[in-house]
Amino acid sequence: MTAVPQPALSTDAAPVRPTPVPPLAMLAELTHRCPLACPYCSNPLELSARDSELTTAEWAEVFRQAVALGVLQLHISGGEPASRSDLVAIVAAARDAGLYTNLITSGIGLTGARLDELDAAGLDHVQLSVQGITAGIADFVGGYRGGFDRKMQVAAEIARIGFPLTLNAVMHRHNLGDLAQTIALAHRLGARRIEIACVQFQGWALKNRAALQPTREQVDQAKRVVAQARRDYAGKLAIDFVPPDYFADFPKACMNGWGSTGLNVTPDGTVLPCHAAATIPGLSFDNVRTTPLAQIWNESAAFNAFRGTDWLPEPCQSCERRDIDYGGCRCQAMAIAGDARATDPVCRHSPHRARLDAIIAAESSAPPPDFVYRRMGRA
Amino acid sequence: MTGALTPLDRPFLPRGVRLHHDRVRGVEVLLGPETALMLDPVGHAVLAEVDGTRDIASISAALADRYAAPVEVIQADVIEFLGNMAAQRLVEVA
Repeated sequence: MTAVPQPALSTDAAPVRPTPVPPLAMLAELTHRCPLACPYCSNPLELSARDSELTTAEWAEVFRQAVALGVLQLHISGGEPASRSDLVAIVAAARDAGLYTNLITSGIGLTGARLDELDAAGLDHVQLSVQGITAGIADFVGGYRGGFDRKMQVAAEIARIGFPLTLNAVMHRHNLGDLAQTIALAHRLGARRIEIACVQFQGWALKNRAALQPTREQVDQAKRVVAQARRDYAGKLAIDFVPPDYFADFPKACMNGWGSTGLNVTPDGTVLPCHAAATIPGLSFDNVRTTPLAQIWNESAAFNAFRGTDWLPEPCQSCERRDIDYGGCRCQAMAIAGDARATDPVCRHSPHRARLDAIIAAESSAPPPDFVYRRMGRA
Repeated sequence: MTGALTPLDRPFLPRGVRLHHDRVRGVEVLLGPETALMLDPVGHAVLAEVDGTRDIASISAALADRYAAPVEVIQADVIEFLGNMAAQRLVEVA
């Protein structure tokens, strides 16, 4: 994009915006290709095709721009990042640029030899997903037979090399009852951390919400299990727990505040303020192929749309939690209230909260429907 | 590792945790899994002494000497600070 010349005398009405605080973290979605088909995938329903993906050299340039902008941590994700044949070169380019590199993977596509190459390239940390504690449940959720056994082999290779490991367990109606064993599995695999993320209903998860919605009893039990495990594994395993926000009284500070901390680069180079931002009508997103990353972060309309708190409506604007949760998640407001500017319907002060309670009551009392698995070209 | 650290513990930064100079913000940062801790000068001074060979007593003595402060006070602060780091597994001890 070329800069549009500004008329010299017509800027009197434009508010002067302070330069935004630089981002700390960037999510690089290398590809939407993935052998797994998890029904809660955070990718959009419209997946990017392989031939539109950024090249190795383009990613290297994005990493250099990210470091110059202030990014410290790079989360390398997908899809399955190991589906990129140039993953090792991409990791090396990220380290070369000065980034802390975290590989978020299902493990499928990683071998001992490839992990050795990633080690030599300077990979800092691995986040391995698990869909369940046995092949039966894990392969059912991931939609990929043999996936669980492969993951266990990859976990052993990760331990052999000594990469710090975080186990990432997405929890929902079908596996929340196995939470204690999931935490035990993380410890057994030598993980330093476990991230227990109850499904957030965006992307494919929203499509599969009725199949994934936990019951209130499951959620209450999960909180007790986590509290006990934090005592049992103190100093051995750090436990991050993201409770399901539908069951909370107040929303999460999504992305720590829009355009405040992180940004997301999709496989084709589109830069998003969050995973699901493309579900918000009226926002248009710039691409690193045509616009410098700093310009996108600092000046683009999409990043400035919900930045800060000035734009917040009531009841958020006068709320004591305004600077804690920034009104919650814009995509959830869009999905439930039909208005991206509304208070996140999770909030008990939202006029739409009753709608969420009705959804929970209806979905958690009915038998779960079949999954709609996430596959390329089948939204 | 459980319980409080002792003066005889030898702290080290485990694999995947490293100090980094953030040129954009002009601060020292501790980078680790899902973590970027902006360090104040005191925190950085302590972590810069963590080398996996010296124990907490020796690190505290070096800091007390450099900052002309009572070693008991420094050592208590070092134990508390590194203990918090250890609870997050950003520091380990041998």
